[in-house]
Amino acid sequence: MALIINHLCTGCDACLHVCPNDAIRAESPYYLIEAVLCTECVGDHAKAQCAAICPIEGAIVDELGVALNPLGSLTGIPPYKLHPFHLVEAHS
Amino acid sequence: MKHSFFPIVPAKAESGTGLGCASSGCGSAPDALSHLPDAIRRKVQDHPCYSEQAHHYFARMHVAVAPACNIQCNYCNRKFDCANESRPGVVSELLEPDQAIRKTLAVAAAVPQMTVLGIAGPGDPLANPERTFATFRDLAERAPDIKLCVSTNGLRLPEFADEIARHSIDHVTITINCVDPEIGAKIYPWIYWDHRRIRGVEAARILIEQQQKGLEMLVAKGVLVKVNSVMIPGINDAHLKKVSKLVKAKGAFLHNVMPLIAEAEHGTYYGVMGQRGPTTAELQALQDECAGDMAMMRHCRQCRADAVGMLGEDRGSEFSLDKIAGQEVDYEAAMVKRKAVHDEITAKLEAQRQQPVEKVGAGETVQRGRPVLMAVATTGGSVINQHFGHAREFLVYEANDMDVRFIGHRKTDLYCTGAATCPEDEIRGESVLDRTLTALAGCEVVLCAKIGYEPWGRLEAAGIQPNGEHAMEPIEEAVAAVWREMLDSGKLAAPPATQKRA
Repeated sequence: MALIINHLCTGCDACLHVCPNDAIRAESPYYLIEAVLCTECVGDHAKAQCAAICPIEGAIVDELGVALNPLGSLTGIPPYKLHPFHLVEAHS
Repeated sequence: MKHSFFPIVPAKAESGTGLGCASSGCGSAPDALSHLPDAIRRKVQDHPCYSEQAHHYFARMHVAVAPACNIQCNYCNRKFDCANESRPGVVSELLEPDQAIRKTLAVAAAVPQMTVLGIAGPGDPLANPERTFATFRDLAERAPDIKLCVSTNGLRLPEFADEIARHSIDHVTITINCVDPEIGAKIYPWIYWDHRRIRGVEAARILIEQQQKGLEMLVAKGVLVKVNSVMIPGINDAHLKKVSKLVKAKGAFLHNVMPLIAEAEHGTYYGVMGQRGPTTAELQALQDECAGDMAMMRHCRQCRADAVGMLGEDRGSEFSLDKIAGQEVDYEAAMVKRKAVHDEITAKLEAQRQQPVEKVGAGETVQRGRPVLMAVATTGGSVINQHFGHAREFLVYEANDMDVRFIGHRKTDLYCTGAATCPEDEIRGESVLDRTLTALAGCEVVLCAKIGYEPWGRLEAAGIQPNGEHAMEPIEEAVAAVWREMLDSGKLAAPPATQKRA
């Protein structure tokens, strides 16, 4: 049972500070959750802390690849609005 | 920790602030903060962000050591980075605290006018307390002549108020966009608080409560607090007058109302959803309404979280990590030089302050004429010294029969508006002049060191008179002189010529 950080991660550090298990490492090009340490916060908090503070939609997924913060859930921008601007890769 | 592409952006507005001459004109005019006790005046007189007067002479820098944030603002996109952007929350190079120290010492040695080091992001400094305070601690020790300041959304301010006071950080900026949770819910989609992501009115209520408590605690400890507000038309524009009154009553010494920056290309909620920013006229009207007897600041440039140099300029790229690598800085020697430079500037400013200001039209017979807005191209030093075509922003002054007063600044192309105007594209020449003409709307004169033939014609056609006759002259005197010329030639009897786009 462990969560996974994917390539959408911007390396902002927010999750590092809040993980109760110190399971997150600042790897390059994006951060990594050590599966053996991650408990998904069960027993510590009602919600997985990394996903509770992560500002990037889709960057944290569960073992089945399902995003804990799906597109549109954090910014409130409807996903259909995002398409024309190719925001995910914009200006990188 | 490596950042291959850089995080970004809580658009916080930390950058400027102003003591100086917000309500009376700058340079030689009396200070808008002259009502402050001497002790506070001395604290801010060489701070370019707090002093309108100082921003012509002193420089500041931000070090981007704080990537994490604990709230989301609708004007911020955490994924954005572009080297050509100049606005809050955008950075190109995230620094570790030890790198930040090295960069600060290198800049302080190379730019003796640098007086202030701020931590403003790109996230929230207080959401990265270890990195933020480690940087402050080391700098206080190694560069005791540099003032420290920090900018925050305020969520964790009460928790760190003691620590801020302990690190002799004497300037704090809090971004307060509202004091009503219902309005806050339209600005902040969520906050991270007490191990949960909290949304809506409840989130805004907590944020507002913490901000106000933090403000009170800092003021009680004698820390100077400036409040930044982002003006969002239709959301908080009318409400900001109430915010201004409240934060002033609680002891904030300066209020800075800044325009919302929202472009769809930035990928922010407001940008994508088509929320517009205020026009310069709307911004100015609100700033005037908020002013009352409180110092308002009008020279904020909304800089990046890694800006370096005078306000409105960014020399960050000259001091990137690879450029300062291996550089040995003899800070003891640098401090001696810095002190000499600071003393010289301070003496000059003091002399200006002592000098009685010659009022325009003052005297036995007061001449009457309508107020005129004039734009000025300057690179600093309080003189007209920039070529029109090189100006990426203009300072705007209002001259009337009483005095000359600084109104604000107008940017031309400092932030990205998409491919068509991106400096990376070759097609920009024409559109930059167009943008400049739009930015100068309402101004009747533009004063610059020199100007090319083509823009001269376009400006005239747009009803803006170019003027290169006052090159290298002090701004206020030149503006006053031009106003008198206009008065003498009868131009001020009639209303301004209707401006049209060239």
